[in-house]
Amino acid sequence: MKNKYSLFSLVKNAFSYHENWEKAWKDPEPKKEYDAIIIGGGGHGLATAYYLAKKHNMKNIAVVEKGWIGGGNTGRNTTIIRSNYLWDASAGLYDHALKIWEGLSQELNYNVMFSQRGVMNLAHNLQDVRDLKRRTHANRLNGIDAVYLNTQEVKKFCPIINTSPDIRYPVLGGTLQKRAGTARHDAVAWGYARGADEMGVDIIQNCEVKGIKRNGDTVEGIETTRGFIKTKKIGVVAAGHSSLIANMAGLRLPLESKPLQALVSEPVKPIIDTVVMSNAVHAYVSQSDKGELVIGAGTDDYVSYSQKGSHDIVEGTLNAILELYPIFSRMRMLRQWGGIVDICPDASPIISKTSIKGLYFNCGWGTGGFKATPGSGDLFAHTIANDEPHKLNAAFNINRFVSGDLVDEHGAAAVAH
Amino acid sequence: MFIINCPYCGEREQSEFKAGGEAHIIRPKQPTELSDDQWAEYLFMRKNIKGIQFERWVHTHGCRKWFNVVRDTSNDDIKAIYKMGEKPPII
Repeated sequence: MKNKYSLFSLVKNAFSYHENWEKAWKDPEPKKEYDAIIIGGGGHGLATAYYLAKKHNMKNIAVVEKGWIGGGNTGRNTTIIRSNYLWDASAGLYDHALKIWEGLSQELNYNVMFSQRGVMNLAHNLQDVRDLKRRTHANRLNGIDAVYLNTQEVKKFCPIINTSPDIRYPVLGGTLQKRAGTARHDAVAWGYARGADEMGVDIIQNCEVKGIKRNGDTVEGIETTRGFIKTKKIGVVAAGHSSLIANMAGLRLPLESKPLQALVSEPVKPIIDTVVMSNAVHAYVSQSDKGELVIGAGTDDYVSYSQKGSHDIVEGTLNAILELYPIFSRMRMLRQWGGIVDICPDASPIISKTSIKGLYFNCGWGTGGFKATPGSGDLFAHTIANDEPHKLNAAFNINRFVSGDLVDEHGAAAVAH
Repeated sequence: MFIINCPYCGEREQSEFKAGGEAHIIRPKQPTELSDDQWAEYLFMRKNIKGIQFERWVHTHGCRKWFNVVRDTSNDDIKAIYKMGEKPPII
């Protein structure tokens, strides 16, 4: 049993100069066999392991990660959390996640710094206005909080936005989800890792999967850089590298992996206390607790695993940011990076069984996976433990690309993919 | 960001071009004969290679012609460029 983090433990450890905190998770050698192995130690993978142990009593499991936990897209996103999706299936999925977010810090005894500061989506043309109003109604029918704001209300909610009618893409209105917000991305990975470790899950870092061993249509284990590990169930949560793992098992996926970029500015005093996203000009901005502006850009249109991305994408985003927020014109950007996102043709995720027994995939989250982390883990754990999907992820099966029953959120969600 | 040597215009910045995805996917000759699985394979399933990929590009802000590129997707190094209809190089 781990010592609980509390004010008392903080004070106690202050007396020993914070040198005696116990390790948040162990660094075990891989065992010869597990009941289930999760490939990928990002937020989604660690959450899957956590819920497998907690809700499905599967304790003899491992998470294998080729680098370090949370070092991939979990540490590279812009930390936005919202559930204002248009379609019923997506609304169910993302609001399930949002409800878990609301109690996550308490559940994990780990401060994930979930902040319900609201997410505002802007409309810049008449079609945007119609789409956002339609989505607001759809959200409310699904029990998701959403309001439509006119230009004056947008300005009132976020005064630094330039609402002049003379700019290239004037602000005609917007939607607001007040329950939405941000969380501390690293803390999410670390909190789930600590929670899973406490229940006996082995978190094995620096362990790259090199092959998947099959006996006919059943999995037998994984070949890794740290040897062969036997298992009957494999859950793949490898984001941008999902196609590579699928290839090892002889499966094909409908994914394309592309660089998605983000950047942060130098830290400044609080200036924007919400998250503002703009679909049409593809720019979104929030401010971290450290004071940096966190700016999300778009994806490149070519397949790449280089974690870089093109400069013109950043330039386009910053053009839009400067027009909407002239006050940022002299801000200096500190860092820029790319993450490799796996995008499905319908821009919705896959949380599904496959044609191979014991092999499960959780992938295709594309540009918006962080917000779903707790829900994704919960539903994927359910799918692995019961060998059938939960009703909330049934629509996100891999067969939808054969049946044609797609969950087409392209442009229909709050931001264009 | 990288430079693409358009076979018609010469070297230009990648931002002048648009990527057209995996090359050499052959459109089914008799679409009506296809099963749902075969349609899914043709429409949606992609190699999504990390490494040497054969792909199509179009010079949108230039000659607007399509051509093929062989690129290493792990570091964006371009290995070869050849016109539509030409035989893919062996790499």
